Amino acid sequence: MSSLLSGLTGPARPGTRGRLRPVWEEEPSRAGLASKGVVLVLVCLGVLFPLWVVIVTSLSSVKTITEAGGLVVVPRGITFVAYQELLSGGQVTRATLVSVCVTVAGTLFSMAVSVMCAYGLSRTGSLLHRPLLMFLLATMFFGAGLIPTYLVVQGLGLTDSYLALILPSALNVFNILVLRAFFMSTAQELIESARIDGAGDFRILWQIVMPLSRAVIAVITLFYAVGYWSAWFNASIYISDPEMLPLQNVMNQLVLKQERPTGLAQVINTGHLSPLAIQMAVMVLALIPVAVLSPFVQKHFKQGMLTGAVKG
Amino acid sequence: MSLSTQDRRARDTPKPPVTTRAAGDRPVAKLPLRYRLRRDRTLILMTLPAVALLLVFAYVPLAGNVVAFQDYDPYIADNAFEAISQSPWVGFEWFQQMVNDRLFWSALRNTLVIFLLQLTLFFPVPVLLALFINSFVRPRVRAVAQAILYLPHFFSWVLVVTVFQQMFGGAGLIAQTLREHGHEGFDLMTDPGLFKFLITFEMIWKDAGWGVIVFLAALASVSPDLYEASAMDGANRWRRMWHITLPALRPVVALLLVLQVGNALTVGFEQILLQRTAVGPGASEVLDTYVWNVGITNGGFSYAAAVGIVKGIFGLLLVLGANKIAHLMGEQGVYKK
Repeated sequence: MSSLLSGLTGPARPGTRGRLRPVWEEEPSRAGLASKGVVLVLVCLGVLFPLWVVIVTSLSSVKTITEAGGLVVVPRGITFVAYQELLSGGQVTRATLVSVCVTVAGTLFSMAVSVMCAYGLSRTGSLLHRPLLMFLLATMFFGAGLIPTYLVVQGLGLTDSYLALILPSALNVFNILVLRAFFMSTAQELIESARIDGAGDFRILWQIVMPLSRAVIAVITLFYAVGYWSAWFNASIYISDPEMLPLQNVMNQLVLKQERPTGLAQVINTGHLSPLAIQMAVMVLALIPVAVLSPFVQKHFKQGMLTGAVKG
Repeated sequence: MSLSTQDRRARDTPKPPVTTRAAGDRPVAKLPLRYRLRRDRTLILMTLPAVALLLVFAYVPLAGNVVAFQDYDPYIADNAFEAISQSPWVGFEWFQQMVNDRLFWSALRNTLVIFLLQLTLFFPVPVLLALFINSFVRPRVRAVAQAILYLPHFFSWVLVVTVFQQMFGGAGLIAQTLREHGHEGFDLMTDPGLFKFLITFEMIWKDAGWGVIVFLAALASVSPDLYEASAMDGANRWRRMWHITLPALRPVVALLLVLQVGNALTVGFEQILLQRTAVGPGASEVLDTYVWNVGITNGGFSYAAAVGIVKGIFGLLLVLGANKIAHLMGEQGVYKK
C-alpha cells in the first residue's frame, strides 16, 4: 500500500523523479490530486477490505473470534488450526484435491484442443478454412439451452463422472479466436522457412508459433484455469455423489448453506475450533490460487481481451 | 520428425505450379483439390477435436430442443437419447401453456428489471473507473490499482456471494458492528425488496473493475497529438475530455451496449441460483433459473426446454436488433453490415 500512496502525494517535482505530465498539460491542484488519491484508495479498499476480514478471521483462534463477536478485523495472534483441521483429510481436503485435479486436467485438455484448432484455422485460404470457421462462429450466436445440454450429457452416460465437469465446458470459442488472431500475426516468413526446412505443421506450431505467442497462451491458460476452478453449477447438476464434489460446491454447502463440515463436529464441539474460522478458511482456499496467479499474467490481459475482438 | 519422414514427405508432396502462388498462402488461381488436401490435411486434422466437441456439446443439444415439442418422459428408457425417440409428440402445447403461466411472466419481468438495473447502474461504472484510472499519470499507481480492481473478476460466484454474506448478511460484519453499538442488526442477503439492487451491487464488485480494461485500451489508443493540439488551441481539461476522450470511447461503448442488450435475457444465472433460497423465488426467479427449476429440479424437461427456446429466439432477435440500431447510429456494432 505504501507504493500506492507514494504515487499520490503530489505532482512529480522536476529534477527529482522527472516530469510525467507533458508540458502543455495544466498542473493539477494539490487538493484535486489528494482527493483523487483518497477516492482511489477507498475504491481499492472496497475490494481488499472484505478479503482482509476473511483471511484474518480464518487465522484467528476461538478466543479472538468470541471476543470480536464474530468476524475479526484486527488480528490478535495467528493460528493455523482451521487449515490444519481442513487439510488433514476429510471432506474439504478431498474437495480441494478434486478441484485441483479437474482444473489441471481440464486446462491442459482445453488448451491442447484450442491451440490446435486455432492454428488449424490460422491460414486463410487453406482447404475448408471458411466452413470450419463458420462452424465455430455460429456457436457464438446460439446457446443450445440448459435442458438439451443436460439431456445430452446424461445420454452420453457422463453423469457422476469427472468428464461431465470438463467436456461440456471445455471450449470457449472466443478464446480460440483470440489465439487464432495471435497465430495469424506470427511472421509468415518464419513459418515459410521452417516449412522449406521440412518441418510439419505440428512441429511449426510447437517450436515456432507457440514460443512466439507465450503472452497470449499465458492469458488464455489463466482464463480456462479460472473457469474450471470457479465452476460449480455443472457439478451441482451432474454429480450426485457428495464425495466427488469440487471445492466450490463444498464451500457453497459449508458457508452459504451453513452446514457443518463432516468429520469436524468433535473439534468444533469441544471448542478447539470456531465454525466461522473453518468457513473463512474454506473461502481462503478457494481464493488463493486465483489471487496468487492472476497478477502475474496481468500485463498481458489487454492482448488476450482485445486481439480477438479486432480480428475475429 | 526424423530425416527419413521429412524426405518422404518432400517427395510425396506434389510441387504446385509456381505461377499460381502469390505472397503468403492466398492462392491466385484455384489449386487442384488433391494438392490442397495434401497441403492442408494436417491443419484440418488439428481442428477436428474442437469440431467434435462443439458438435457434441453445442450442435447436438441444439437438435435436442425437439423435446420442447414432445411430452418427454425421462423414465420411458434408460438413456436420454432413447427416451427422446420414444416420447410422444405434442406440437406447440407447451408454448400455449406458457402464455397462461403466471410464473413465467413473473420470471420474465424479474429478468427485464434486473437487466435495466444492470444497464443503468452497472454499465457506466467501468467507463467512469477507466476515466478515473486514466487520469493518474504514474504507471506504478495505475498498475497496482488495476491489479486490485481486476482481482474479483477471477473469483467464483460462490466466493463473491459468500464474501457479501460475510459483510452484509445477518451475521455479517455490518450487522455485527451495529449490534455492538446497540442498534438493531440488519440482513441485506434475505431482503426480497432489495434483492435486485444487491445482485447489481455484487456484479459491480466482481466485474466493473475488469470492464475497465477495454476502455483503458481505447483511451491508450488516442493519439497524444490530439490533446496537445487542442491544449494549444486553449481547450481546458474538461473540454479535451468532452471533445477527444469521450468520442474515442464511443465505438467501444456502442459495442458493449449491443452485447449487453443482446444478453438482456441472460442475467446472473449462477449468482441468482446461489441466493434463490435466501430470498425466495418471487423476487429472484429469472428465466434461466426458472428453466433450471422446472426442468432439472422438477423434471418438467419439455416445458423447461420450451421456455429455453423462447428465451433463445428473443435473445437472438435482441442481438440483431441492437446491432441494427448501432449501424443506424453509425457505429460498427458486433459484426459488419
